[in-house]
Amino acid sequence: MSKTATLERQANNVDQPECSPSACTYTPAVDILETDDELLLLVDVPGASPEAIDIEYDRGRLTIAVGVAERQGPQTQYTHREYGVGEFRRTFQVGKEIDASRMEAEVRDGVLTLHLPKAEAAKARKVAVKVV
Amino acid sequence: MMLLRNPYAVSPFGQVQRELGRMLEEFAGCACSPAARAHGFPAFNAWEDDGRFLIEAEVPGLTLEDLDIQIEGNKLSVRGQRKLADDENVVYHRRERGAGEFTRDVRLPFEVDPEGVEATLKDGVLTIVLPKSGREKTRKIVVKAA
Repeated sequence: MSKTATLERQANNVDQPECSPSACTYTPAVDILETDDELLLLVDVPGASPEAIDIEYDRGRLTIAVGVAERQGPQTQYTHREYGVGEFRRTFQVGKEIDASRMEAEVRDGVLTLHLPKAEAAKARKVAVKVV
Repeated sequence: MMLLRNPYAVSPFGQVQRELGRMLEEFAGCACSPAARAHGFPAFNAWEDDGRFLIEAEVPGLTLEDLDIQIEGNKLSVRGQRKLADDENVVYHRRERGAGEFTRDVRLPFEVDPEGVEATLKDGVLTIVLPKSGREKTRKIVVKAA
C-alpha cells in the first residue's frame, strides 16, 4: 500500500509544553494510521470533553486544538507534580489526497479520533478480473 | 534481467510497519520528557485535601477493564494495559502513544485506610482517593527503664 497522503509534523516539541505566564499549552502524543479508505489520527487528550474540540483545515494545514479544564484549583498543595494540565494543540501538513469535507472526529476516554477520508481518486483502485 | 513486479504484492515497507506495530512487548513510553520517562507510566500528581491523600494520573484510552488498582499496606499499585488497534489492513505512519502493559507502584508515607479507598475514571483521567488510617506510620517508642 503506498503512502497516498503526506502528514508531516510541524516543529512541535512533544516533550516541552509552551507556557505563558498564565497557562501552558501541551503538544499531545499522536498515532497516525492509514487504511484503504482513510487516514486516522489518534490523539491523546486526557481530561478533554467533546465541546472543547476545535479542528481546522485550511489549504492543507490541519490544526487540532483541545481545551482542557483545570481539574484542581490554584490553591492545591501538590506534594508531587509530574504533569501539568492545559490546552492541547498540534498542527499538521496534510496532502491533497484527503477529502477534508468528510472529516469526522470523536472523543472518548480522553482520546480524540480524527477520520480523514481519502479522496476517491486517491484510493487504491481495485482491478476487477474477469475469468473468460 | 527484467524485474517483474507483482502488482498485487503488499509494499514491503508497509509490511514492516505493521510488524513493528504488533511486536511491542513493553509499554513503549509515550513521547514524554526525560523526567517523565524516569518515573514511568503513568505520570502521577498527588496532593492532600482535608486528611485525604489524592493521586491523579492521565491514562487516555483506558477503560475500567484495562485498569487494576491494588492497595497492600501502604503500597499503592496501578497496573493496566493499553491495546493497539489490531487490524491487518492498517499501516502506521507515526507511533507516539505508548501501548502494552504497565505497572507503577508507590509507597505512601502513611498508612492507608483500605476501606475508604476510591478510584474514579473519567475522560482518561484516573483519580484515587486514599484516606489516611489515622495511625501514624512511625510510632515513637517509649523506652522504659528496666
